[in-house]
Amino acid sequence: MTINEIQEEIIEEFSAFDEWMDKYSYLIEIGNDLEGFKDEWRLEQNLIEGCQSKVWVHAELDGDKIIYSADSDAIITKGIIALLIRVLSGRTPDEILNTELTFVEEIGLKDHLSPTRSNGLLSMMKQMRLYAVAFKAKMG
Amino acid sequence: MTINIEQIRNDFPILNEQVHGKPLVYFDNAATTHKPQVVIDAVSEVYQKYNSNIHRGVHHLSNVCTQAHENARLKVQEFINAKHSHEVIFTRGTTESINLIASSFGETFLNEGDEILVSQLEHHSNIVPWQLLEKRKGIKLRYIPINQDGELITDNLNELINDKTKLVSIAHISNALGTINPIKQIIDLAHSKDIPVLIDGAQAIQHVNVDVQALDCDFYVFSGHKLYAPTGIGVLYGKEEWLNKLEPYHGGGEMIKTVSFEGTTFNELPFKFEAGTPDFSGSVGLGAAIDYVQSIGLDNIAKYEHELLEYATEKLSNIPNIRFFGTAKEKTSVVSFLIGDIHPFDLGTMLDKMGIAVRTGHHCAQPLMQFFNIPGTIRASFAIYNTKEEIDKLCEGIERIAQLFG
Repeated sequence: MTINEIQEEIIEEFSAFDEWMDKYSYLIEIGNDLEGFKDEWRLEQNLIEGCQSKVWVHAELDGDKIIYSADSDAIITKGIIALLIRVLSGRTPDEILNTELTFVEEIGLKDHLSPTRSNGLLSMMKQMRLYAVAFKAKMG
Repeated sequence: MTINIEQIRNDFPILNEQVHGKPLVYFDNAATTHKPQVVIDAVSEVYQKYNSNIHRGVHHLSNVCTQAHENARLKVQEFINAKHSHEVIFTRGTTESINLIASSFGETFLNEGDEILVSQLEHHSNIVPWQLLEKRKGIKLRYIPINQDGELITDNLNELINDKTKLVSIAHISNALGTINPIKQIIDLAHSKDIPVLIDGAQAIQHVNVDVQALDCDFYVFSGHKLYAPTGIGVLYGKEEWLNKLEPYHGGGEMIKTVSFEGTTFNELPFKFEAGTPDFSGSVGLGAAIDYVQSIGLDNIAKYEHELLEYATEKLSNIPNIRFFGTAKEKTSVVSFLIGDIHPFDLGTMLDKMGIAVRTGHHCAQPLMQFFNIPGTIRASFAIYNTKEEIDKLCEGIERIAQLFG
């Protein structure tokens, strides 16, 4: 599937929720299920400190694809992280840099990514793109 | 007198707003309070009827505006029972008032090795200005510790206030916990050693009667916006003898007597500390807010808010796995808590979806959060227009959310 197909898939899933409560309960569920962030990555340099919640991001190359791992101390933040990883992880730098992330707005979570929400998510998205730029340069 | 809450709620137009399709339940009053219509009208009247720069004009509007601004100063003087109206300095708020003292007092009276004493439950605005002085002047910041209930431990006060101490700067009431500090005891002890005391009244002025002469504090500071007044106006009260001893904070118009390139002489109090065009619409709004609060009566407000506090504390304690922070015997209408290991951000985000506004996080009191070893709390803080029904909604909301977290 392409990045955009996965975005469509997520939008489709979220369209089933009539109530905000169901949406958040799903975010909590996938937030709880998000695994794979190793303790050795829990470093100051990987930490994005929002005023309200903390986010850690790690990225590494697997062949020509970037594998992202991330974590947060708040579950809703973590649920949104899980969605971002589902869309962006395992993709080439070019795929990541050439895609506009439209799904966040479509599923009604845009305000979580606004600069006034100090939950670290906006910085995390910027950080994910920066990794893509850096890996692209490294790969030549 | 019993308070008619329905009538009071009608005074605050914002309470009719809906949030995410739900009626607004506003429990973030320790951050800022809403404004009654009389305050909004007073500010709007300034711009509609007599807006003009004050003090320097000879024309009619300037005189009317000056009078309104100075009348507000008299209202503040009477409200806090200051001896003179020129002991009331208008600032932008508590933070600016403390920075003014840190700068002006620090410049003249602080030298390397001197100590400033605060407490462990201060807001950052009563910590950071002194830390800047630590760097600039080599002074040392010390603090009065607290116990698990969030009360100051005053046993070693005699040692903490010593011959190196040059100023004690203490919150009247804690913003994060609501603890009412024994400021009279602290002021008296400090004065017995000739040490001046600044009281940060940001969380007190809207809840309890403040009489600066009875307290005998040397400085008392607060913000208008937590007292139902507009944002951007605040007060520094200082005893005349102290204010006369301090150097001006900002330079500019209004604060001078004569200016020449050879030298400048400064204006008298209070203008010496009010450089530039003051916020005269803010001061007029503050005056109107004081009138409003006095029309209800602070004693009545305190009594009603205490009722809300007791009701909320009791209702909330029925929620499984709740942990309260700040269980002082003497406290105002603030409840700070955590539910199990639910992150405050998650709970706050979901309460918002229910139209309930609470504050989450460290409440600009990180040293206090470090003491409790937590990232932050959920804080519900009540004002005169809140109701028990709203507290019920909060409790129901929390229980619904807690179920999702299992």
